[in-house]
Amino acid sequence: MVFLNGKEYELANKTLATVLDDFKFDVRTIAVEINEEIISKTTFNETILKDGDVVEVVSFVGGG
Amino acid sequence: MIPTKDEFYKALVDRHGAENQKKFDEAVVAICGLGGLGSNIATCLARAGIGHLILIDYDFVDVSNLHRQHYKINQVGMKKTDAMAANLHEINPYIKIETHNIKLTEANTKPLIEKADIVCEAFDSPESKAMLVNLVLEQMSDKYILSSSGMAGFGSANDIKTRRVSKRFYLSGDGVSDVNAGIGLVSSRVMVCGAQEAHMVLKILIGELEA
Repeated sequence: MVFLNGKEYELANKTLATVLDDFKFDVRTIAVEINEEIISKTTFNETILKDGDVVEVVSFVGGG
Repeated sequence: MIPTKDEFYKALVDRHGAENQKKFDEAVVAICGLGGLGSNIATCLARAGIGHLILIDYDFVDVSNLHRQHYKINQVGMKKTDAMAANLHEINPYIKIETHNIKLTEANTKPLIEKADIVCEAFDSPESKAMLVNLVLEQMSDKYILSSSGMAGFGSANDIKTRRVSKRFYLSGDGVSDVNAGIGLVSSRVMVCGAQEAHMVLKILIGELEA
């Protein structure tokens, strides 16, 4: 199981890019950390999720 | 009569304690964006006696800003960086202020915020917010980044929270209230969010790292 923003999903062995796409995240307005380490957008395609990973996707909305 | 630097400093030491005030005095904080969030963050931090602020914005003060941003009617048309520096010096004449009148991009940001211990993201657009947060976390591992997302509208001010996302990354806001959903920005709620960012800056500087 993989934790994505606090919820458990069967996402092991999928790429981060696929998961972000499946969950309809807009890559232009997010920051992604796996196990508290930032993941560069340039590596989303090659980052493969592992069992037990804690994925945090912060989506920014407008206003300031 | 304007109080001397020593008198000003002593008044801060009386409130914050000598040890904490020394940390505030020695700190360098960058504020990226000087709108509703940034102008309020800057005002809080200048009042608290942060020694050195780096203020960055490319915009000019507009009449539509005055409902929530720390500018005055006679400053309409001024560069926000110049107007903000002037307003902060009226509060705290002893603060060191560095201004950059520029639109931050992935290409130009790093050297401008290099000196900062803590970076406050205070932009309007979600793309700019994401750009700065990613850049600091990926490339500037010595710094803390404080960011905000979701503060528009008349929703409860109690929904604005600050959480520590990871070791060097804090996020304030309700996470969902998007100005692009047509709900507008309201001074008091934006100020709550900006004040939370500013408060977290002070907490980090005195070593209280949990939100």
